[in-house]
Amino acid sequence: MLSLFTHLADIVAYEALALDKSSSLGTAVHFFIEDTTKIFFLLVVMIYLIGYGRTYISTEKVRAWLSGKSRFTGYVLAAILGAVTPFCSCSSVPLFIAFLSAGIPLGVTMAFLITSPIINEIAVVLLGEAIGIHFTISYVVIGLSLGILGGALVDYLKLQKWVEPFVWEIQVPVTQEAGISGWQARERSARREVIDIIKRVWLYVLLGVGLGAGLHGYVPREWFVANAGPDNHFAVPLAILAGIPLYANAAGVIPVAQVLLDKGVQIGTIMAFIMSIVAISLPELMILRRVLKPQMLFFFAGFLFVSFNVVGYLFNFFFGG
Amino acid sequence: MEIAVLGKGCSRCTSTIERIEREAKALGVDVQITKITDEIEIVKNGVMTTPAVMIDGKVLHSGSIPSIDAVQSWLKK
Repeated sequence: MLSLFTHLADIVAYEALALDKSSSLGTAVHFFIEDTTKIFFLLVVMIYLIGYGRTYISTEKVRAWLSGKSRFTGYVLAAILGAVTPFCSCSSVPLFIAFLSAGIPLGVTMAFLITSPIINEIAVVLLGEAIGIHFTISYVVIGLSLGILGGALVDYLKLQKWVEPFVWEIQVPVTQEAGISGWQARERSARREVIDIIKRVWLYVLLGVGLGAGLHGYVPREWFVANAGPDNHFAVPLAILAGIPLYANAAGVIPVAQVLLDKGVQIGTIMAFIMSIVAISLPELMILRRVLKPQMLFFFAGFLFVSFNVVGYLFNFFFGG
Repeated sequence: MEIAVLGKGCSRCTSTIERIEREAKALGVDVQITKITDEIEIVKNGVMTTPAVMIDGKVLHSGSIPSIDAVQSWLKK
């Protein structure tokens, strides 16, 4: 069904605009049209479906589900809920405090915060489209595992000392959220979510695909193979370091990732690059500084850096080709 | 009527304030809007996701820009 978009791009680029199929401009324009139409179509459909499902979840409910669970159940559940709960990074501080105040262990709270940016519906949709279903499933499993592992490590090492002390004293009242009931309200909420998210990410998608189209049409494969391919043994850490200052969401990154894969960059390097961009962001760390001591931020960033390297090298080794 | 909008200066918080002001004006209701932007103050009110709206110390909405219907129903009370 998705070949529909390839046909559409064929018609627009090669017939309507009469561009040469073998020229750089032609392939770049074709790529841009095919990818943007396909991505927006997939996003609208998926966000709507997931938005509907999400009306059954809220941070208030998540907090209630997570409090009083055993440690192990807590880590796993927190990682899964982190992946599916709607939550923007600007809410991480209130959420962090509210979780701890409800008696949820620090590690369980961190598991939620680690998984949340790595896995979201936009990333999953775009990855499925760009690198295939198998790698997308691996990506999700890795994202969950990192949350569980990171959370467990925080508790094992007793890192409570690296939380700003005032945090433990805050009492957060439990509010009853109004909640959504009835299918009309859920439907309306799902539709609003589509509009909300598309409004937020459309520019990233266009920039990402535009950049991808440029790379696709103008930068030769040899350049990527030589600089970021299997011959460069440091491709993985370099990709992660390059990803840190790039503060973008999955919507902008994955179209670029697809091109990198086509150009001979290895899959592990690409996964590490995507994870680094979406999960390690300086603004996010600055926001969390309010409640976490610098040592904890270094631990957090360091844990992610090391894990992404492990993921990248392992994937290159097993699936790099 | 005193309405508090909770949120750390995100664009959705600004939209929430604008929407309340617009609806209040249309309905001829006199409102005073206070902004609560400090994250610690926000969470002390029991709010985890912003923008949130609080009237008379009660949180009526959180996590998104409230719908026009919802805003009107608060203002008519």
